[in-house]
Amino acid sequence: MAYVRPVSKTCWYLKDRNYTIHMLNELTSVFVGLYALLLLWGIGAVASGPEAYQYFLKCLASPGMLVLLWVTTIVIFYHAIAWFKVTPKAMPIQKGEEFVPGGVIAGAHYVVWILFSLVVLFLAGVF
Amino acid sequence: MAKVNKALFWSLFAAGGTLTAFVFPVLALITLFAAHGNTPEIMGFEQMQGLLANWFGKLAAFGTVSLALWHAAHRLRTALYGLGLRADGIVSVVGYGIALVGTILSAYYLVQI
Amino acid sequence: MSEVQLELEILRYDPEKDQEPHFKTYQVACREEWMILDAVNHVKDEVDTTLSYRWSCHMAVCGSCGMMIDGQPKLACKAAVKDYADKKVRIEPLANFPIERDLVVVQDDFMEKLKRVKPYIIRKEEKPIEEGEYKQSPADLKRFKQFTLCINCLCCYAACPEYALTPEFVGPAALALAHRYNADSRDQGLAERHKEISKPEGVWDCSFTDTCSIACPKHVDPASALQQLKITTTVQWYKELIGMGDK
Ligand code: SF4
Ligand code: SF4
Ligand code: FES
Repeated sequence: MAYVRPVSKTCWYLKDRNYTIHMLNELTSVFVGLYALLLLWGIGAVASGPEAYQYFLKCLASPGMLVLLWVTTIVIFYHAIAWFKVTPKAMPIQKGEEFVPGGVIAGAHYVVWILFSLVVLFLAGVF
Repeated sequence: MAKVNKALFWSLFAAGGTLTAFVFPVLALITLFAAHGNTPEIMGFEQMQGLLANWFGKLAAFGTVSLALWHAAHRLRTALYGLGLRADGIVSVVGYGIALVGTILSAYYLVQI
Repeated sequence: MSEVQLELEILRYDPEKDQEPHFKTYQVACREEWMILDAVNHVKDEVDTTLSYRWSCHMAVCGSCGMMIDGQPKLACKAAVKDYADKKVRIEPLANFPIERDLVVVQDDFMEKLKRVKPYIIRKEEKPIEEGEYKQSPADLKRFKQFTLCINCLCCYAACPEYALTPEFVGPAALALAHRYNADSRDQGLAERHKEISKPEGVWDCSFTDTCSIACPKHVDPASALQQLKITTTVQWYKELIGMGDK
């Protein structure tokens, strides 16, 4: 009889560095989701008027929220970097006969991302 | 439901992942500024209201919030399955359910502005 | 001539005698330029003739010598002993497959899945021979060339955590081949393959860990093929939804 080796259903991602990185990538979704809920909250506050909105801003400044926001921001940056890094694999571009090198595609994404972010920061009045 | 429309959920996941990668970092930065007390101009109530009053602003906000929610719900579902939580049915109903409610709520809020 | 001392821990399993597999240790004095396969061959020739494993070409072409070397799926004929110098090296049969005997695994599951994705050119209507061959530009060829290089060594399956967790998953090499034919300008079988690929255990179990591509000794990049296949499958799904699905 052929022997089937057991597989751990709960710890497999600790067995290999690449699996662990993958699991961490997947878990960025926790913070992406939380931030989306925060945006939803903010939009709701704008909809209900100035007092609600001021309260929302006040909540943002609470110590617990500050910590959460810092972690969220860092994870979200990580998500963006990791996401663009693998984009060329999902969407390779062929120009004429040759494929555009993956690094060029990812790089173009990074450039557009950074420019876009700077424009938004400028329009938002940050500088 | 969760089984039949994998293509649907995956497309929302992929679109949401790309969109959040482009816009979430800068939004998070702005929020962080506001949270630290040096509130950027745009975070003022009137400016926010003005931004979300026009249809382009509404659409952008709606697309961003809802796609991000679908992205997160789908990815978290895969992650939880990977972590060994095999209650995939409940996880999908709860996760996609939150995304759906969030989508409807954001539309509801936005038309009021 | 310099030598490399290896302590090979080989997983042994005799279905007639053993309840479960166990490691056996062999000291091998290797020549510097040897591959792991040479070291295993040495064990078989000089120490224990009962050791079972597959190999044939010794040049990374036949795809039969895939095994876990120090925990990673590799072709034994492509893994240099120098990289493992003076270490204990675990040699195990490819992960995620049942063990037939020693380092030999049962491949039936893959063979069956390979058939399911219809890895051949499908035409709605064959044109008569008089009309000549189907022409293809170099760019058309390049589009899928990389995915033809697969040697069915199954290293990617051993590297795929989703295949480990969900054995129904069609898996990297078979799906990469499905993509190879979908991307072939002469092929018209996308809609037909779609039926298999769009099932939950088709392309959707892949969570894009990229580990299949890292393991692939022929740089086929199945992970890339699978993500592209997800996009094609999604587009096809939306098309069928609005009643326009057919290639
Ligand atoms: S895709 Fe690569 S690793 Fe997988 S069977 Fe083919 S050659 Fe081997
Ligand atoms: S990318 Fe997909 S097919 Fe490749 S190892 Fe990861 S889950 Fe498996
Ligand atoms: S012996 Fe043929 S691939 Fe290694």
